[in-house]
Amino acid sequence: MAMMKSVRTELTRAASRWKTIVVTFIVGVVAVLMLAPYAFMAVSAFKPQGEIFASPLRFFPRHYTTSSFDLLFKLLPYARWYLNSFIVAVLGTALTLVISSMAGFAFAKYEFRFKSLLFVLVLGTVLVPFQVLLVPQFRIIRALGGFNTYWALIVPLAANAFAVFLMRQYTISVPDELLDAARVEGAGEFSLWWRIVLPVVRPGLAVVGTITFLAYWNDFFWPLIMTTEPKMFVVNLGIASLIGPYDNQYGVLLAGALLASLPVIIAFLFFQRHIIAGLTAGAVK
Amino acid sequence: MATTMEAQSNQKHRLANGGRNWRVRKAAAPYLFLLPFFVIFATFGLYPIIYSLYLSFFKGFGFTHKKFVGVDNYTHMFGDPQYLRAVLNTTYYMLGSVFILAPLALVLALLFRSHLLVLKTLFKVVFFLPVITSFVVISVIFLRVFDTNFGLLNSFLNNFGVHPIGWITDQSVVMPSLILMGIWTYLGLNSLYWLAGLSAINQDYYDAASTDGASKWQSFRYVTVPLLRPVTLFVVIQAIVGSYNLFAQPLLMTNGGPSNSSLTITLYLYRQGFEFFNVGYASAIAYSMFVLLLVLSILNIVLFRGYRTSE
Repeated sequence: MAMMKSVRTELTRAASRWKTIVVTFIVGVVAVLMLAPYAFMAVSAFKPQGEIFASPLRFFPRHYTTSSFDLLFKLLPYARWYLNSFIVAVLGTALTLVISSMAGFAFAKYEFRFKSLLFVLVLGTVLVPFQVLLVPQFRIIRALGGFNTYWALIVPLAANAFAVFLMRQYTISVPDELLDAARVEGAGEFSLWWRIVLPVVRPGLAVVGTITFLAYWNDFFWPLIMTTEPKMFVVNLGIASLIGPYDNQYGVLLAGALLASLPVIIAFLFFQRHIIAGLTAGAVK
Repeated sequence: MATTMEAQSNQKHRLANGGRNWRVRKAAAPYLFLLPFFVIFATFGLYPIIYSLYLSFFKGFGFTHKKFVGVDNYTHMFGDPQYLRAVLNTTYYMLGSVFILAPLALVLALLFRSHLLVLKTLFKVVFFLPVITSFVVISVIFLRVFDTNFGLLNSFLNNFGVHPIGWITDQSVVMPSLILMGIWTYLGLNSLYWLAGLSAINQDYYDAASTDGASKWQSFRYVTVPLLRPVTLFVVIQAIVGSYNLFAQPLLMTNGGPSNSSLTITLYLYRQGFEFFNVGYASAIAYSMFVLLLVLSILNIVLFRGYRTSE
């Protein structure tokens, strides 16, 4: 009897092991299909032009070459584009973090007139598609003489309602006693924000910071209408400008795209938890 | 004794004096903290909303030579075949996202929660990677994947004897190709949305269901699905918004072609506003999108409202 039972559990265990293998195998095949386009970009960037337009096509290069990368840096202002992207993404992230954590602090820890009205105003604009804003924003930047400048690429995107909302949520958890104790010791309101709030909300800053950096780095539409001079292009716009003119030297495009996605992949490997938290923050309220 | 009394009164005095100061500072502080955000927000967020509405009632080239035309821009849209084509294409993409991408992502999320899948962390990384890749990089990649003669997909299918397909050159295939790209891009993110929803369901409901003798399918149908309603609402609205934002890929890969078969609303708005400088019409198109999105969102809220996830 006992032996029968142990045979049966042994059988179900074996069945479930088979199921695990089958399910994992199927998901694994899908995962390989997901990675294939990425991997194809990475290896094709090292192909000579002739192998990119070869029939039959080979996935891996027959001969590895870095000629596409050489073209990118010698013939094109790719390094400058890359630098522009870094300047815009780093300064944009810093500005967003400062103004949204200040605003989040105000909404979380103070009582003042028009508080709920202002908060509803900020959150309400999340419903407005960004396309509605584009034409007037273009007009305002033109009036301020901002085309082909860094500030025009940075400032308009820094007023991010979602960032304010998230920072407010993180700031609410700062204990009031901590703030009051500091006030009794004579700390000014600004130093409360700087010395007490910011260290406590560091996880929030990490979440908002990583997704803001990615948003700036990956943005295409805004740089597209803000810049006309190639030396002010961000890396995305630079690569996009090669589609068409460089179609017959497609390796250059692939090399450019590969290098442009490196910071994103590195950010993802290091800040995976923060990025996922930020991008799924709205899903469950 | 006297000295402590004195010290105490001194401290009180100091607090009272500093207190008034402190109260003023505390009253002014929130406004000062809000100021930097609101200066930018008012200039580049609030004012454009109003100004765009105003512009949508004008016609003309650029901002200076404009003429009031009332609602002409709006009535013109309904007879503009390109606009209607763009709405149709965008809606088609949206339906693909809602009815193909979202269910696939739910299946993946359920697998991520079951013990039948191993190596979950690795898979999550792989499925999530496309979400954080820029649309320009995605376009560059998929131009090589979808190429008719030298593309990865056709040469792969060739192994099975499939004739070359014009993924982005054939009018009837280009939108499905974009949907396929959309699935590749957003599958991981959407499965994480579903995962968040699934983890919010209280285990007690499943225990109760199995005590009552419910099968796995029954407990999915009568416990999981209804309790997922709030997340379903979120996933569907994200899919709708994402569809309406589809821009860079059709611009860079097909420029809306062949013959407008991949023209999307945002791409059409870009052409009108920033290529033809038809700013009044572009603003009207933007507002029509706003209204469409509001209507669709309200419709969804009515459809999925009611149930809450576990308390």
